[in-house]
Amino acid sequence: MSLILDIEKRAGDFHLKADLKCGDEVLALLGASGCGKSMTLRCIAGIDRPDRGRIVLNDRVLFDSEKKINVSAQKRRTGLLFQNYALFPNMTVEKNIRLGSLRDRNAETDVRKILERFHLTEVAGLYPSQLSGGQQQRTALARILLSQPDILLLDEPFSALDSHLRFRMEEEIREVIRSFQKTVILVSHNRDEVFRLSDRVAILKDGSVDRIGSREDVFRDPMTKNAAVLTGCKNVSPVEITDDKHLLATDFGMILAVPKIPEDTRYVGIRMHHIYPGDGENAFDCTVTEEIENPFSYTLMLKKTGADNVKPFGFEVGKEVWNKCRAHTVRVHIPGSSLHFLRE
Amino acid sequence: MDLFPLWNSIRIAGISTVIVFFTGILAAYYIAKTPRVLKGVLDVILTLPLVLPPTVVGYLLLRVLGPKRPVGAWVLSHFDMKITMTWWSAIFATSVVIFPLMYRTARGAFESFDETLSHAGRTIGLSNTYIFWRIRMPACRQGILAGCVLSFARALGEYGATSMIAGYTPGRTATISTTVYQLWRTNDDALAVKWVLINLSLSFLVLLVINLLEKKEGRNVAHS
Repeated sequence: MSLILDIEKRAGDFHLKADLKCGDEVLALLGASGCGKSMTLRCIAGIDRPDRGRIVLNDRVLFDSEKKINVSAQKRRTGLLFQNYALFPNMTVEKNIRLGSLRDRNAETDVRKILERFHLTEVAGLYPSQLSGGQQQRTALARILLSQPDILLLDEPFSALDSHLRFRMEEEIREVIRSFQKTVILVSHNRDEVFRLSDRVAILKDGSVDRIGSREDVFRDPMTKNAAVLTGCKNVSPVEITDDKHLLATDFGMILAVPKIPEDTRYVGIRMHHIYPGDGENAFDCTVTEEIENPFSYTLMLKKTGADNVKPFGFEVGKEVWNKCRAHTVRVHIPGSSLHFLRE
Repeated sequence: MDLFPLWNSIRIAGISTVIVFFTGILAAYYIAKTPRVLKGVLDVILTLPLVLPPTVVGYLLLRVLGPKRPVGAWVLSHFDMKITMTWWSAIFATSVVIFPLMYRTARGAFESFDETLSHAGRTIGLSNTYIFWRIRMPACRQGILAGCVLSFARALGEYGATSMIAGYTPGRTATISTTVYQLWRTNDDALAVKWVLINLSLSFLVLLVINLLEKKEGRNVAHS
């Protein structure tokens, strides 16, 4: 059971070039808006037509530009969850879900079962606009699952939800994914969601896959500047390599001692939680230029003391700690082994 | 008082509304999918009857349908039948005149339709026909209903093209609007006023119906 995807599509200046393979796992497509994540899903589902390439799902050719195969969206059996859920406004919850069962005519009991499973029995007679955001998403999921798809495509599933609902719906989606046991592609720009829900991560940039790997590998070693930023690394600076054990982070004016520098390193990434207060390896005296208060911590913007023309970098510190030792200057250290070495 | 013009007007307006309901909606649906340049050209052509004087429409129709003109001559020789100067000739005139009203309102309604609904329908296996009639049309019913009523009302009042292609024969091709004109021309003021009042109440009724339909709609379906 797998998906093989190798497609190209031009739309104006934008050029999508997606080349992916995917087994019975959750693959997350992580990227900034406009990077081609949603278009990739739409090509798989048969809504958009690629200019060139092949899409094969479980040995079924869905699209092949050379053999002129283009299976209609109706026959692809792809379960695409839209950002806005795309519930039919003129039909009740039950009718919306029942339409998912059209491929299988004796699904009367399935409709009842799935209404129960998604806690929708009590709202079965209501119209989509009378539902909460969570109920709308459950209705859309129920409709999709009843249509017995071979693959689940989740397009920014939580973007339309209020933040307090996101956590709960994420739990439900996790449950759906667990029981689905086939290929799932999750599109998102939220690194936390991606890390919690996926097995593998593909980072997209301008329509192409920039970095792909297991979620642990991608978050531990993003390898590209874009991947570092998308996985939440806040401090990225271009580098000048001084010798094979030292590099200069030009934006921050800091010379950092490191164990080893991979070839084609152009940037260095420093995660905020890899900066520690006090003396140690790669220690610097810094001036606090700004203090941003978060609910449970402070983000301090620090500049290396005495350096001219440098940009500040972010450093996160617990509220209680900072309240005890608040000062204009702090000494921090950055272990060389925790740095990300990045290419363009 | 002979009520033939009332009955004739209603049947002409009714039939032409049915015709443009289908043709206008299909044109709006398919033209929306054509490339931009072609869309612009087709749009202008299909909207033209809205801005042309009805007499120009009537003249152009006569150039095509008249007994000595291509289509008219062909029908005359094959079916021994004239397609002008009968009661149903007026249907050609009214259909052409009201087509842009239906086409443009349907197009406006389709443009505001959320295409993801149609995409979602396709991915769960619904046929395009089902999606069109059960999802797209209900979602656009306000606009399309308004288009129908506008078209019907305009067809009811059509005078210029109708009088040229169907003429005025009492009891055969007379409509309310041609009758009012004839009565005024022949100084039959009393009867003219009666027909004017009939026309007024008919228009009033039509507009009342649409308002009631919209209110009912608001209660039952459109919760959004």
